[in-house]
Amino acid sequence: MSILIDAWTIAWKDLSNELKTKQTIGMMVIFSSLVILVFSFAFDPTNNMVKAVIPGLVWLITIFSGILGLNRSFLSEHENDCLTGLRSAPIDPSSIYLGKVLANFIVVTVVQVISIPVLFILFDYRFLGAILWFMLIVIVGTFGFIIVGTFLAALAANAKNSEMLLPVLLLPLLSPLMIAAVQGTRIVLENQDISDAISWLQLMAAYDLLFLAACFFLFEFIMEGS
Amino acid sequence: MKELGNMLELKNMTKILGDKLILKNVSLVLNKGETLAVIGPNGAGKSTFFKCTVGLLQPTSGDIIIEGQKIQKNSAEIKRKIGFLGHESFLYNTLTPMENLKFYGKLFKVKNIDEKATRLLKEVGLHYFKEIPIRSFSRGMMQRLAIARVLLAEPDILMLDEPHTGLDQEAVALLNRIIKQKQTNGTSILIISHDFDQVHELADRVTILNKGRITETIQLTSDIDLPKMKDWYAEAVAQK
Repeated sequence: MSILIDAWTIAWKDLSNELKTKQTIGMMVIFSSLVILVFSFAFDPTNNMVKAVIPGLVWLITIFSGILGLNRSFLSEHENDCLTGLRSAPIDPSSIYLGKVLANFIVVTVVQVISIPVLFILFDYRFLGAILWFMLIVIVGTFGFIIVGTFLAALAANAKNSEMLLPVLLLPLLSPLMIAAVQGTRIVLENQDISDAISWLQLMAAYDLLFLAACFFLFEFIMEGS
Repeated sequence: MKELGNMLELKNMTKILGDKLILKNVSLVLNKGETLAVIGPNGAGKSTFFKCTVGLLQPTSGDIIIEGQKIQKNSAEIKRKIGFLGHESFLYNTLTPMENLKFYGKLFKVKNIDEKATRLLKEVGLHYFKEIPIRSFSRGMMQRLAIARVLLAEPDILMLDEPHTGLDQEAVALLNRIIKQKQTNGTSILIISHDFDQVHELADRVTILNKGRITETIQLTSDIDLPKMKDWYAEAVAQK
């Protein structure tokens, strides 16, 4: 229980900081809006192809705007060597990881809440699918992305040019999750048989659990090296 | 009046980083209520020695014993007993002094955080700045707040890594007053410093760490004045 309380303390510190500055979230929203705007000009909204690109665009804006936030997540802890301050505190090192996962997940979810409706509006897309299934797929997919992304952000933060290193490490690892997420989103948005989407959702849930367990236990070793 | 018994004991602590042997069989005892200063030339391994003792680095071999209890990796109970003031402040620039103290207070499971944080901010002279983000603070103000952060959890052992660096005379006097107050309360203190004046003023015992080894130790009795201590250090470092 203590590990969750410590994780929430760390997450709340990051979130209240973000509420004050709005630096990361502002940057992420602007980036995702620009991507949507550019793509809305590239594809004609009256064309049927729009339907085919929307699932991919949902995840494209999530991943690339999310990477902007992930990059800052641990770099901010290097100012005044705050990470050492956290490590010298009587907490489990994994609570630092869980706290960061929680904060990053909330920030990326807020960006999605703003950017996905904007995407639907600019593409003149009428949502006819099952909204709850759509939300579930987005949440499970985003959570998996944040689990792996936060871990790799911690790993990359110690390296030179960490901003460049993170996408290089992260994107290949995310491939199975993103394939499942895009397929699941497509099925729900096209209002097809939901049982097909459930199979993709199960794959995503398995990915999340596997990587959450691995990152949770391995995080301590990253901290030892920082 | 010094209390009896060991607060902290290091037994043959060795640390290898990469292929470099940083600490070689370091053995040392810090008694309850004692102030021990560790001095030595740059690159002697003092900061690594501190990081191992605090639990930030795992020693390659050897034991660290606090109050008779061997330190296990990342032991929260042990970390709660240690107050670590490092080279950096460990403080968040975007947060106010109060928010910084509350955050660390929660992590250290401090009771009555608000009350203690307010008292400490008054003690270190930052009470009027308590609601201002610390990014505009001077080095001296940051160090004062870092001291408040360390004292918040009321640790049994204070580990201070070059605490006087960059402080003005007023801040040095404040820090020394706090350290002396802690000494009278029976807190054990381990200081790493290059400032011989402060070491002579504060320490009961001084030990030299040179090339990763504890080479000499001296008890600072009343007959050892500052020049004598400096001569002893110069001789000890030149010999090894």
